[in-house]
Amino acid sequence: MSCWETIADYGLRSIGIGERVLPREGYTLCQQFTLIGSGMIWNIYFGVLALCSGFFFATAVALGKASKNKLLQKLSAWFIFLFRGSPLFIQFFFAYFLFLTLKPISPIFDPFTSAWLGALIVLFLNTAAYSGEIFYGALQSVPKGDIEAADAYGMSGWSRFKRITWPTMLRLAWPAYTNEAIFLFHATTLVYFSGFPAWQQRGDALYYANFFADKTFNPFVPYPILAFYFILLTLLIISLFGLINRRLNRHLPQDSRSKMKLKLNVIR
Amino acid sequence: MFSFCFDPASLDGLAWMACYLTTGKHMAIYTSLFTVLLLLAITAPSALLFGFLGASSARSPFPPISWIGKAYIAIVRGVPDIAFFLFFVIALDQLFEWIRHEIKCPEWTESIWQGNDFVVCDIAKLPLGNAPQWVHETYGFFLAVLTFAIVFGAFAANVLYGAMRAVPQPQLETAEAYGMTRRQVFWRILVPQMWVFALPGLSNLWMVLIKATPLLFLLGVEDIVYWARELGGAKTARFTDYPHGDWRMWYFLALLIFYLLFTRVSEIVLDKLMLKLTHGQATLAGEAQRKAAA
Repeated sequence: MSCWETIADYGLRSIGIGERVLPREGYTLCQQFTLIGSGMIWNIYFGVLALCSGFFFATAVALGKASKNKLLQKLSAWFIFLFRGSPLFIQFFFAYFLFLTLKPISPIFDPFTSAWLGALIVLFLNTAAYSGEIFYGALQSVPKGDIEAADAYGMSGWSRFKRITWPTMLRLAWPAYTNEAIFLFHATTLVYFSGFPAWQQRGDALYYANFFADKTFNPFVPYPILAFYFILLTLLIISLFGLINRRLNRHLPQDSRSKMKLKLNVIR
Repeated sequence: MFSFCFDPASLDGLAWMACYLTTGKHMAIYTSLFTVLLLLAITAPSALLFGFLGASSARSPFPPISWIGKAYIAIVRGVPDIAFFLFFVIALDQLFEWIRHEIKCPEWTESIWQGNDFVVCDIAKLPLGNAPQWVHETYGFFLAVLTFAIVFGAFAANVLYGAMRAVPQPQLETAEAYGMTRRQVFWRILVPQMWVFALPGLSNLWMVLIKATPLLFLLGVEDIVYWARELGGAKTARFTDYPHGDWRMWYFLALLIFYLLFTRVSEIVLDKLMLKLTHGQATLAGEAQRKAAA
């Protein structure tokens, strides 16, 4: 079987298109590259959707934490503490069993027990909490003069927020937010190890890497392949976020633009 | 545990709960809490040691050593750490077995990679096939600790490397002007001063380490996650004196609360420590303390 056939058979295996049966023997490099790459579809799916939806919720949480309303403030602070103070791994487990308990109550909860929705919700809330804290920090350091200048121009309320506060907040938060995005993508590998079942062996990249390592007793091939894919993905995220960073800072003189400095955090 | 527990079926409410929560298996989950603490107690210093070695070799003037140090720091970035956990546990196990194999069975001519199997001679197996259960468990735990130390050592190396560079350059130049050797400058000037700069990063790392402990489950150690799944699952009256439905959700809620409390307490303690360490330092935080007192 040539490598092209393998790619045709297993390229989209993780979303259920192509050959049903996973390879039983051989475990060639081509098979490993194809299947692990096909698993990356799920990592990208979880990462992109959680990041895009989490972004808006994070803004809301940051504004809530910075608001004068005591109730909103407490609520946001507790939300952030809950998701930043506990391991994501335990959050996944808890959410899965919670949905499993809710399942008999109403058929609405059926899709929640499968990874594509249940894990996505956990990742969404988790990234909202982490980026909410980042945005809150940035919001606190918006220069006073900017707001005063906006006041002097007669802006207030929504237009001041939209034109001055929010863009400045984003600009200040962007380097840290880039790291958060990278870590969110890394965190997506936890999904299939935390209760959520990989239905018909449709898993993410780490799921397949683990599959090959178990079958061949040789961790030195599948995990470096996984690492290769993730380094590519990380570079892609950095360059994409770098472009946005350039746009956010385009009005500033060349040397005072904030450089993208990568200071990576670790697992959550 | 309690004397009234001999017939659980007749109990209800609090008494039943008290008996249920003190069964032998529940004692196992409480002990596994100590496994977590033990892991933290061993991993934190050893990761710091690995980190220190990594950071100082990254600073080495001899390129190959500095490349090794920098590669060690860089390789953990960009790749999900859970992949490292899964990788190192197998890789380290195979490495140890291979080394023992080379020493103990030099007459073995076949390859240790046979198709899809990893084969070493019987006396090189780790732990030996006839070893008691606790040896297997301890070996598994040891592998897990080593894995944690390697991965978190890389993060600590990153923090310490940054901290070493944050020590003001003139201090080092002054030391050189006094005629100190490279080694003396490193040990007498750089290392004592870098800790203040490293502490924020290290305390962040500590929080991350706490939150990484449930991953022990993936390394095959019977930790709290394992027991929570085991004990929480639905039990019928046939197999246990305490039948109940699927309670895994509640067990994981308890774990969630345990971790929240743990991180909260650490946060408070670390803040106190930082306050102590910055006292009298020529940094912004130290200056703020001086002004507040005056």
